[in-house]
Amino acid sequence: MQETVSIRVNGSHRRVPAGISVADLALELGLEPAKVAVERNLEIVPRSALAEVIVEDGDDYEIVTFVGGG
Amino acid sequence: MADTWNVAGKTFSSRLIVGTGKYKSFEQNAAAVAASGAEIVTVAVRRVNISDPGQPLLTDYIDPKTITYLPNTAGCFTAEEAIRTLRLAREAGGWELVKLEVLGEARTLYPDMRETLKATETLVKEGFKPMVYCVDDPIAAKQLEEAGAVAIMPLGAPIGSGLGIQNRVTIRLIVEGAGVPVLVDAGVGTASDASVAMELGCDGVLMNTAIAEAKDPVVMARAMKLAVESGRLAYLAGRMGQRRYADPSSPLAGLI
Repeated sequence: MQETVSIRVNGSHRRVPAGISVADLALELGLEPAKVAVERNLEIVPRSALAEVIVEDGDDYEIVTFVGGG
Repeated sequence: MADTWNVAGKTFSSRLIVGTGKYKSFEQNAAAVAASGAEIVTVAVRRVNISDPGQPLLTDYIDPKTITYLPNTAGCFTAEEAIRTLRLAREAGGWELVKLEVLGEARTLYPDMRETLKATETLVKEGFKPMVYCVDDPIAAKQLEEAGAVAIMPLGAPIGSGLGIQNRVTIRLIVEGAGVPVLVDAGVGTASDASVAMELGCDGVLMNTAIAEAKDPVVMARAMKLAVESGRLAYLAGRMGQRRYADPSSPLAGLI
């Protein structure tokens, strides 16, 4: 069986395959990495590093994008 | 000569900045932005919808390559939240020009100036160029400018109230004292309010609800464009003096 890690994304618990990158995580969630910004454990993950940073067990992610606002 | 204005090293022709909230659809929003002639739109930063990631995005309708996105911190009540939001916004958009607003309470949505000033200082240190929503206090405006705000954006009335410019005297005092652009942010309800703001010498006006909640937002967007332009022209033209009594427009000489 594939090994998984337990993380939080935008406040919700999730299990994802171990060893994937943050860019993989975005794709797994159906998101285009180029259209979002990612915060990992309160630190920004630069877009240039999304493919290099590996998702670790216990990570807490905020993934945001632009929406309509005044 | 073109009547342009500059903020943080960028030049714009339109003096109207519009929000992208409260519209019925992205299509209506995009049509209103086009009708307004705005070159800058404010946007919010929010969690992506993970349960339904296929939903259309604002960027599919309003192209950030042709319209400057000004990410805001609406909904933030502390400097810390606002800074965190804008760090994410910078990563999502890749630019430093942002709109800072740190709110004091939900009822009036008045800014918390202590937190606003604190956030401005931190953001400037981190290389951001914050346009800052603030109270109509000329001293606070000066302090924000000294802290590195690239534009001062006092409210004309509470956010979303549509009450019009309630504070002409203090807005004018801010305009006279400022070395950076001053834009009325919040309070405009209809076209004449936008003209009033511009006649006071403001560099621009920012509005959302006045257009989005009009019965026909696209027509109102055009009305606002014209109102901002005519208010600006009236300011440049220099209005006549006011008198207490009548002064006839036709000559008195040669009366039969």
